[in-house]
Amino acid sequence: MLPDSGFDGELATTQDKNHAESLTPGDTLTMGLLSFFRPSFHHGIHPAQHKDTGDAPIRRLPFAERLVIPLGQHIGKPARPIVHRGQEVVRGEPIAEADGFLSVPIHAPATGTIRGIELAPTARGPKADAILLDVLHGSSQEVLYGAPQDLDALSREELVRAVQETGMVGLGGAAFPTHAKMTMPDGHHVDTVLVNGCECEPYLTTDHRVMLEDTENLIKGVRIAMRATGAERALIGVEDNKMDAVEAIRAKLPADDSMTVHALRTKYPQGAEKMVIKALTGREVPSGGLPSAVGVSVFNVASLAQLGTLMPRGQGLIERVVTVTGPAIERPGNYLVPLGTPIRFVLDTLGRESGPGSVVLGGPMMGSAIASLDVPVTKGTSGILVFRHAPGAEHLGRQVQPCIKCGRCVEACPLSLNPSQLGLLAAKREYDAMAEQYHLFDCFECGSCSYVCPSYIPLVQYFRIAKAILRERSATR
Amino acid sequence: MNVTDPRLLVQPSPLLKQRMRTDQAMRDVLYALLPATLAGLWYFGLAALLVILSSIAGALITEWVFSPAQARSARLLDSSGLLTGLLLGLTLPPALPLWMAFIGGAVAIGLGKLVWGGLGYNLFNPSLVGRAFLGATFPIAMTTWSPGAGPADFFQVYESTLTPPFMQASYDAVTAATPLGLMKFEYQSTPLWDLVIGKTSGCIGETSGLLLILGGVYLAFRRGLDWRMPVSILASVLLFTGALYLLDPAKYPGPLFSLFSGGLLIGAIYMATDPVTSPLTPRGTWIFGVGVGLLVVLIRVFGGFPEGVMYAILLMNSATPLIDRYTQSRVFGKGIKTE
Repeated sequence: MLPDSGFDGELATTQDKNHAESLTPGDTLTMGLLSFFRPSFHHGIHPAQHKDTGDAPIRRLPFAERLVIPLGQHIGKPARPIVHRGQEVVRGEPIAEADGFLSVPIHAPATGTIRGIELAPTARGPKADAILLDVLHGSSQEVLYGAPQDLDALSREELVRAVQETGMVGLGGAAFPTHAKMTMPDGHHVDTVLVNGCECEPYLTTDHRVMLEDTENLIKGVRIAMRATGAERALIGVEDNKMDAVEAIRAKLPADDSMTVHALRTKYPQGAEKMVIKALTGREVPSGGLPSAVGVSVFNVASLAQLGTLMPRGQGLIERVVTVTGPAIERPGNYLVPLGTPIRFVLDTLGRESGPGSVVLGGPMMGSAIASLDVPVTKGTSGILVFRHAPGAEHLGRQVQPCIKCGRCVEACPLSLNPSQLGLLAAKREYDAMAEQYHLFDCFECGSCSYVCPSYIPLVQYFRIAKAILRERSATR
Repeated sequence: MNVTDPRLLVQPSPLLKQRMRTDQAMRDVLYALLPATLAGLWYFGLAALLVILSSIAGALITEWVFSPAQARSARLLDSSGLLTGLLLGLTLPPALPLWMAFIGGAVAIGLGKLVWGGLGYNLFNPSLVGRAFLGATFPIAMTTWSPGAGPADFFQVYESTLTPPFMQASYDAVTAATPLGLMKFEYQSTPLWDLVIGKTSGCIGETSGLLLILGGVYLAFRRGLDWRMPVSILASVLLFTGALYLLDPAKYPGPLFSLFSGGLLIGAIYMATDPVTSPLTPRGTWIFGVGVGLLVVLIRVFGGFPEGVMYAILLMNSATPLIDRYTQSRVFGKGIKTE
């Protein structure tokens, strides 16, 4: 049950060396000094970045023979299917509709025949309902379905509804329905749209490529978000390890100063919602509150770039950019993958080394290792990381040593929690004290504490268990 | 399918891990102490080496005997017992009978660490527990200071060194008071340079201020210690003794003398910084450090003993849980009013 990552450590040293060779010490020093003065948040960590696919242009992946399209790809109620077995669908056509406000529709990622609606494995573990789609052999990836619309003619409410119609969710990984972020609770006013291009997770480079290659659509998307929320300004935040993206965006900014782009210090978890708000606006989202409490709404760059592409054409979200990388993949890169493509197909197409290892969906800090390659790419899949299990790695980092209260976790926690104390309480099963005195439920499981712990205590794992047990208790009470 | 479905290893995130390990951190402290240890051997010869080895042996053997069989190798390999033994050895008088050093090491691990539940659970610094025990049990042996023979007579050990177990030690005719003793009881000052390089009598490892600071700087760069701890202790000692010195330079020792004499440097850099027994947060560390500094000055100047670093740190150790409780950082987003 321990985060065995001896193999990552090995990898970290070799790749760091390569990285250092391309920079002179002077470069590194000036970059480091400049970076120090850039806005950021307190604490945080600096894991090796491994962003080797940052200069790999986005390429299309072919269709798999069969797509598996889960109905619940977003936070909220799963979508309601509107197709039946044997029905023929066209790429881009809606196949499931939103079930209530906190839900989004799903569109057919390919032209083909509906095979049925069955239980299929998901990244989280338990099987869930999914639409199976047999792709028409040799069909094109061009999207013909769609009803172009004049966005300027739409009212604010109509615009938000149109966003929902695209099926858009947060593509950074959280998969929270985008239109829901544009609808404020009564009495809340949003003055700032915050565009999150931090991509602070190691390995992932999808946001980076989208900012470079799809800049114009991103700007269009930002404008849609500003109109839909009623915000006066938009701040685009990018970690300063992607200065080319900052420049690309700056070159395309409108002249009216309503949008600005800012380089932020490269530090994990800079891309976490609360952290990026703190860095760019200095505002602190209250504990347990939403960003709208401080007048901010946060959107991921890839989501807005997709909105900028899809909305004028009246199309839906059917594909996304995924970083496929890691030591055990033969052709790493950034790929535009149809939603519903099984991970097995992606790995077969790009070549995966045989032998034991881990396949992680999302980033290495917060992503989840999957137990089956039949899990499909969904709207929230930002990366597929393929690790090799190095021989002898079992001995590395397996042994948990006692907490010596060194305080590294305290210095790492972006929320200034006390992971050391929380860990000791978890070991004693004093879950109530964890929640009441040490703010367990503020933790968003970024993994910084586990990352730095020299005693290899799986702190985040302890916290997940404690939260689950407390939730279960309060549910049964 | 051109790839056979390989074994998928499922593990919880995060999958990345910093490679620093607790035992490496412990070994860093050992390396940092090496120069001061070698200086001790240079000044006090083979006897000092034997005292240190006896203390380490006492610590490790106790750790081995009282650990469950399956935990033995892990506990010995984490180097914490070795470090406790070495730190204790460095704070012992060079002419201490070896059997006493051995008992000191055993008590440091046994009463200082194992009875609390092992590494990480002890309230007091283990090596200081061992030293306090020796001070209370063998007060004469622990306060009899022998002059260093120097490197010329490295293999010359003291008469008392090889005293058989549980026998009274007999000492050489010549003994030498420590700089703090000279100051307290005879109002004699020691040249500052001798204090800096360690050419004085005293405990094995505490005499060379320069090398202790050097090791501390290394540790600070390796992030093996919280720089706030030594800085706050030393600054508060400088401040308090400086104030007293200004009041009456004839009666009170100067601040620099206070800094480099006795066990202040080894205590401030290597013992107060023990993470297990010191506060977690930066704020707590400042409070702890100033507390130690104040107690050191109080004991040294107004107390009955010439030296007070050991008791100052032990007393503040006992306050650590309290300090920790009252110096929790403000959690992000707490205490913010919603608009």
